[in-house]
Amino acid sequence: MEASLEQALEHGLTEGEYRKVLEVLGRVPSLEELGVFSAMWSEHCSYKSSRLLLRELPTSGPHVLQGPGENAGVVDVGEGLAVVFKIESHNHPSFVEPYQGAATGVGGILRDIFAMGARPVASLNSLRFGALDHPRTNYLLRGVVAGIGDYGNSVGVPTVGGEVYFDPAYDRNILVNAFTLGIVRVDSLYRAAAAGVGNPLLYVGSKTGRDGIHGASLLASAEFDSDSDKKRPTVQVGDPFTEKLLMEACLEAIGTGSLVGIQDMGAAGLTSSAAEMAGRGGNGVELDLCAVPKRESGMTPYEVLLSESQERMLLVVKAGEEEKVKSIFSKWDLDAVVVGRVTGSGRFRATWEGRVVADIPVAALTTEAPAYARPRAQPAEEESAEASLGKLPEPMDYNDVVLRLLGSPNLCSREWVYRQYDSYVGGDTVVRPGSDAAVLRLDDTKKGVAISLDGNSRFCRLDPYVGAVIAVAEGARNVVASGARPLAITNCLNFGNPEKPQVMWQFEETIYGLRDACRALGTPVVSGNVSFYNETEGQGIPPTPVIGMVGLLEDVGFHLTQWFKEEGDVIVLLGRSREEIGGSEYLHVIHGEIKGPVPWIDLKVEKALHSVCLAAARDGILRSAHDVAEGGLAVALAESCLSADNGVMLGARVEAEAGLRPDAALFGESQSRMIVSLRRRHLNQLRELCRREQVPMLVLGEVGGNRLEIGEYVDLPLKHLYESWKGALGRQVEGRARVAVA
Amino acid sequence: MKWGIVTFPGSNDDRATARVLSRVLGQETCMLWHKDYRLPELDCIILPGGFSYGDYLRCGSMARFSPIMGPVREFCEAGGLVLGICNGFQILCEAGILPGALIRNRSLLFVCQRVHLKVENTDTPFTHRYRAGEVIRLPIKHGEGAYVASEEVLEALEREGRILLRYADADGQVGPHSNPNGSMRSIAAVLNERGNVLGLMPHPEYAVETLTGSEDGRRLFLSIIEAHASGAWRRAGRGSQNGVQAPPEAGNR
Repeated sequence: MEASLEQALEHGLTEGEYRKVLEVLGRVPSLEELGVFSAMWSEHCSYKSSRLLLRELPTSGPHVLQGPGENAGVVDVGEGLAVVFKIESHNHPSFVEPYQGAATGVGGILRDIFAMGARPVASLNSLRFGALDHPRTNYLLRGVVAGIGDYGNSVGVPTVGGEVYFDPAYDRNILVNAFTLGIVRVDSLYRAAAAGVGNPLLYVGSKTGRDGIHGASLLASAEFDSDSDKKRPTVQVGDPFTEKLLMEACLEAIGTGSLVGIQDMGAAGLTSSAAEMAGRGGNGVELDLCAVPKRESGMTPYEVLLSESQERMLLVVKAGEEEKVKSIFSKWDLDAVVVGRVTGSGRFRATWEGRVVADIPVAALTTEAPAYARPRAQPAEEESAEASLGKLPEPMDYNDVVLRLLGSPNLCSREWVYRQYDSYVGGDTVVRPGSDAAVLRLDDTKKGVAISLDGNSRFCRLDPYVGAVIAVAEGARNVVASGARPLAITNCLNFGNPEKPQVMWQFEETIYGLRDACRALGTPVVSGNVSFYNETEGQGIPPTPVIGMVGLLEDVGFHLTQWFKEEGDVIVLLGRSREEIGGSEYLHVIHGEIKGPVPWIDLKVEKALHSVCLAAARDGILRSAHDVAEGGLAVALAESCLSADNGVMLGARVEAEAGLRPDAALFGESQSRMIVSLRRRHLNQLRELCRREQVPMLVLGEVGGNRLEIGEYVDLPLKHLYESWKGALGRQVEGRARVAVA
Repeated sequence: MKWGIVTFPGSNDDRATARVLSRVLGQETCMLWHKDYRLPELDCIILPGGFSYGDYLRCGSMARFSPIMGPVREFCEAGGLVLGICNGFQILCEAGILPGALIRNRSLLFVCQRVHLKVENTDTPFTHRYRAGEVIRLPIKHGEGAYVASEEVLEALEREGRILLRYADADGQVGPHSNPNGSMRSIAAVLNERGNVLGLMPHPEYAVETLTGSEDGRRLFLSIIEAHASGAWRRAGRGSQNGVQAPPEAGNR
């Protein structure tokens, strides 16, 4: 059956793209071919709006074994080991069906990691919801958290950290970004290339059903309108039990040495995995769609090509070793069927009952897919976009401000969320959720990895370039505050409709910010994901780059956590505070304003701070280290008092910084600052390190007692702080649920 | 001492448990596959945590029918030491080897956190390295860990000293305020009548090294190792009222 222009438009292709299809094929495409083109040329699969700009990012470095373009990035950590990590978005499906959308997001990223031959050891996730009191937020939050928890817990990969953020800008476009890190021996690293003409393609895992068809082309690559609920059937359904079996079987199969390549069937299913593997191998593939295991009878070749059924992988096996590999999958009670082979034709060819239903040059689907330099335009500056401290009233009661901030949706404890995630399974988690970064030991070595997943919507909205720089710097700072040297990043770039020039301008500014920060901090981008079309009825999200930063500890025994350890320790502020309240939580929560200017940042200063902290951590003189971030110094101090994982709270008596208006000193979000605690006798050693790196340091006070006292402004019992901070999220969520039930 | 750890499809804690036994505690450890009908020569079997067969029906309800459970039951009946952790506890209850059942947490949410536990009976091969009444900290991580049983069973458990751990607060106070999942009488660990099979929801295997959080679980494994070495656990009763009895027949259903 031939496909018309009208059908092409229904598939999400443009008229120009349809003409290009005609040109590539030299004829009118079949319906199956149209389906393949629409999936492979979708924004989601082809990165057609972002590809040209993404080339700006630094992607190589001495330790990078694999940069972007594979299932995940790979960084050498020594002793024959490498870490494999990536982040991926599942925004659109999670808004339409939060539980399955989030669950299958976790499933997809896990498969990307074990497709490289690595055992996944840690997951994190970055979640952005609308206002906590928006009627849909509660349902979405509960569904997403349960979906992530049920899937990750069941597969047995610990969820060790991440972030949760609430802002009305995400009311109708939530963001669910899932990150996983795996560990692999460098000599058993796998790549997803279809190499070796004649090698069989082995389909393994779940059977193919009718779920998820057009997930990539229609759901993930278009904005929502008023009946986005109707897209629910395009969301896939996850089965973590099968994923667990698939993971164990794939890792076992990789161990046999009989595999040539391996790839997840993710977005656009069998089509994209076969085409991408062929593209990387510089070869062709031939698929017999009749051989594909199917969940139901009566499926068409079109459906088999485009199904996004979960928990499936495509393996390229050395010819003659099929039976050896199949027996492993049979042990784990999984299907393993030869569905095609690698050819030297350079074409993507699929047959159905002996009839060719698709025959397309592989390059047209991969490297030669459309790429657009879309128009960009800076939006007009809003009037009075900058807050002026002079016009803001100074708070009458600082205690009240501290309590309100600590209980506010973006600063309160995330325990209600992370309590639903198994952070122990696997046994390698050293620092669980609730500190600046998660830390895992690398078993069999003394080393550890620290992981932070973080973004900042407000700075990015006010200034996408500086916001992106700060996002990278803060990710690095989080990792450094755990005692780890930043190695590399993965990023998830969440934006609105790229066909709008302002959105493309935001994207371009963000890319330049990421590029400059990654260069300055020596952390290349090794993998990532772009999610456009986060818009509903023309209203887009603010630019939201999310940074997954991975760092290395040479000796995991020297890791740091953010909470105070012992009475009498000295509390020191590293870095300089400025009178900066633009974009702060304080400005938003207390004064109801979202205004700039964003804080000043100098990456040389940032790097110097990292040097001081890492040297001090290596010398073993720091007892705690905590990034000063949202909520400023006062909130950072409160968190260091309250957040100990053994439940023991310690108070602090500190002086307020002189020379600044007190609210700016306490709640301003000046960058490149940390609070650390140490024994008094180590103070001179720290002073010397700071002098050498020219990092300002200020002794603030001392750990002790059961109150937080900041100069003449704040004096609160820890009990009150704890009550505001600890249960705030749970109270809001559960409280609303009770109302909804009643 | 030789340990066997069962891998069901969906077991998650099998690898970490094996690591603890072999690498941290220096024990001889082998993995057992759910499809096996025979066991090698063993001194203790662990049914580990996880989601056996996906636990889509009811936790542990599929696993009890797996081939390996035949010889595991025989091993229990012959007096062999068996430890069921989390999903393993659920499987032992489903199999009728331990009394009672584990149902959905009262909160209806999965819960992962470290909890305080009061050691109630130390006169067992699993707990003799603890002090009676001692408060320890172990992680829990489960969605269906609320222990329920009939009033008669609960009374028998109390009477016979077969409740080994109860959820408590830091001071050892037991009550609704320190009960994380709604378990009846705050029960966290249950022993069979004969005293050779223990099921518990907390995870001692994730509390054996200071680096990863706590060492409070280590003594549970050391108790088993020493009990096995001395053969002391075979001495039924140990002269105390709450001692471990060794009735001729095992099983409670």
